[in-house]
Amino acid sequence: MVTHSPSTEAILPDVLVRGGKTFADVNDDVSRPLESFPTGKWWFLFSICLGVLGIWAFSVGSFIYYGQGVLGINQPSGWGTDITNFVFWVGIGHAGTLISAILFLFRQKWRTAINRSAEAMTIFAVITALSFPILHTGRVWYAAFWLLPYPNQRNLWVNFRSPLLWDVFAVGTYFTVSAVFWYVGLIPDLASVRDRAKNKIRKAIYTFLSLGWRGSNKNWSHYEVAYMILAGLSTPLVLSVHTIVSFDFAVSQIPGWHTTIFPPYFVAGAIFSGFAMVVTLLVIMREMFNLKAYITLDHLEKMNKIIMATSLMVGYAYSCEFFIAWYSGSGFERYVFINRAFGPYWWAYWIMTGCNVFIPQLFWSRWARRSIPVMFVISLFVNIGMWFERYVIVVTSLHRDFLPSSWAMYVPTFYDWGWTLGSFGLFGSLFLLFCRFLPTIAMSEVKGVMPKEGKH
Amino acid sequence: MASHRTSGVVGFFDDERTLIDATRQVRDQNYESFDTFTPYPVHGLEQAQGLKRSWLPWVTFVAGLTGGTCGFGLQLWTSAVDWPIVVGGKPFNSWPAFIPITFELTVLFAALATVGAMFVANRLPNTKHRIVDTSITRDRFALVIDNPKDPDPDDRDDPKARARLAKFKPFSEGEAKLFLQKAGAKDVRSYHDEGWF
Repeated sequence: MVTHSPSTEAILPDVLVRGGKTFADVNDDVSRPLESFPTGKWWFLFSICLGVLGIWAFSVGSFIYYGQGVLGINQPSGWGTDITNFVFWVGIGHAGTLISAILFLFRQKWRTAINRSAEAMTIFAVITALSFPILHTGRVWYAAFWLLPYPNQRNLWVNFRSPLLWDVFAVGTYFTVSAVFWYVGLIPDLASVRDRAKNKIRKAIYTFLSLGWRGSNKNWSHYEVAYMILAGLSTPLVLSVHTIVSFDFAVSQIPGWHTTIFPPYFVAGAIFSGFAMVVTLLVIMREMFNLKAYITLDHLEKMNKIIMATSLMVGYAYSCEFFIAWYSGSGFERYVFINRAFGPYWWAYWIMTGCNVFIPQLFWSRWARRSIPVMFVISLFVNIGMWFERYVIVVTSLHRDFLPSSWAMYVPTFYDWGWTLGSFGLFGSLFLLFCRFLPTIAMSEVKGVMPKEGKH
Repeated sequence: MASHRTSGVVGFFDDERTLIDATRQVRDQNYESFDTFTPYPVHGLEQAQGLKRSWLPWVTFVAGLTGGTCGFGLQLWTSAVDWPIVVGGKPFNSWPAFIPITFELTVLFAALATVGAMFVANRLPNTKHRIVDTSITRDRFALVIDNPKDPDPDDRDDPKARARLAKFKPFSEGEAKLFLQKAGAKDVRSYHDEGWF
């Protein structure tokens, strides 16, 4: 292995796949976990996730059976962990679309190793997220009845002027387009898995899933255009989704919510938390399925740089909010922000600031960016910090608004913590099943960025 | 197997460079139908093969316009015409409040229509044509010269059909095989088209 001095390293193109792999090795390495009985590591993690999913099922089941009363929500804090978790999980999804769509448009070739798993993460995060507002409607069996515009006997329509309805359309579209984008990307790889299959049933299933893809160049030419258009559509879509989620807050009159900085601040926070989750998952995945030649330290370092950059943006947003609260001259605004940092929920505020602004600064050091244990721990802290950011926004603004006589404390109950923790089990179980049944790395895209024989 | 008539001739290549060169030569031979099969999209192959630019962006454009119009129209009609209700003191046609959903439906229609059109253009799901060789989705590049269908006997005297046929080089199995070998194919053989199931 030749080591390069920093000056030559700068002019050499990135080495995206290590270990002198051939195209056939890519198929072998990526498809192996799909073709053998899952390893002990997989079963270990999967059983933990199933256990945690059980906590989710218990909490959600109790909530549906007994009703809203099992939660800590009250007047004036009507949103509680329902909406905290919703915003948290939708935000997680954003990194997947950023990697798959925005980095694609910017021709960032390093995305090919991680885009498949990041997109899967998006879809499972959005599924997890969607469960919360649907449950929050109180009677889940009526959710479609309330949320979707359809001609009905009462001649009533939904209120299109409400940001909550914008959310239904934004998150619904986001989920649909992400799922379609993911599936389109999967087609050639499903064909690769199909063509390796020895077992008849397995071959039939993957033939069906791959839609009989043949790798014809007449097909590739339409396929590539469709893929690029989907990337182009997903880019404004992903920015719009968290913008609209932030409208749920910003369009209201509550102090601490009614601010114009919310859309960019929410989008930056979403990318920040999402990249942290991608790092958490990839560190586990590359270890569990032995994909270190494809998901290299260089890939992880690039993501850590994005985490650091977005951490600075989020930190800027926190300080800017404080400044504007003071500069606005509105007593209510000022009070809300002082109350956030030094009121009864001061601990949540400082967990948020510590995890989101201070801890990621360790990534200024190259050593920290390239150390697996360090980045894993930092990514967990960022996940915790970003959950508390949403908790701070939802709870501290609602619990003390304009009128002191209507103030009340919000205390999450056992069921609140149960479905919060449990949602990680739902997400984790889905992700592990994905790792087991679908190719976790976009093989056809990785082959496209590998060095070719012969001159080009 | 239904018939012993060969469906075409396939040549395999180990790298994309030789494939592109060979494809260019085959294109210049003016065969009625040929195609290349690759494990990943190879850049420069569309030009070598003489493929036109995909028409999918037009579908996206029209579907996006339709989605936006329907989205805005639905909101305007329900909020201002079908059952006007004053909400928050806003006018019935409070169009700025309708923009987010208009945008989302534009994207939704455009994305779904693009994928739908891609399936139509690529004839997916494809049940009738099995992959030429399973190594294509792994690491090999293939060039297939098709044996065109025999012309319909009723058309034999139709001057239009004859003129169309005269434009192309007639297919001959031996000649096509030899040609692919000369163009650098490692392994040349004839193949029979079958369905997947």
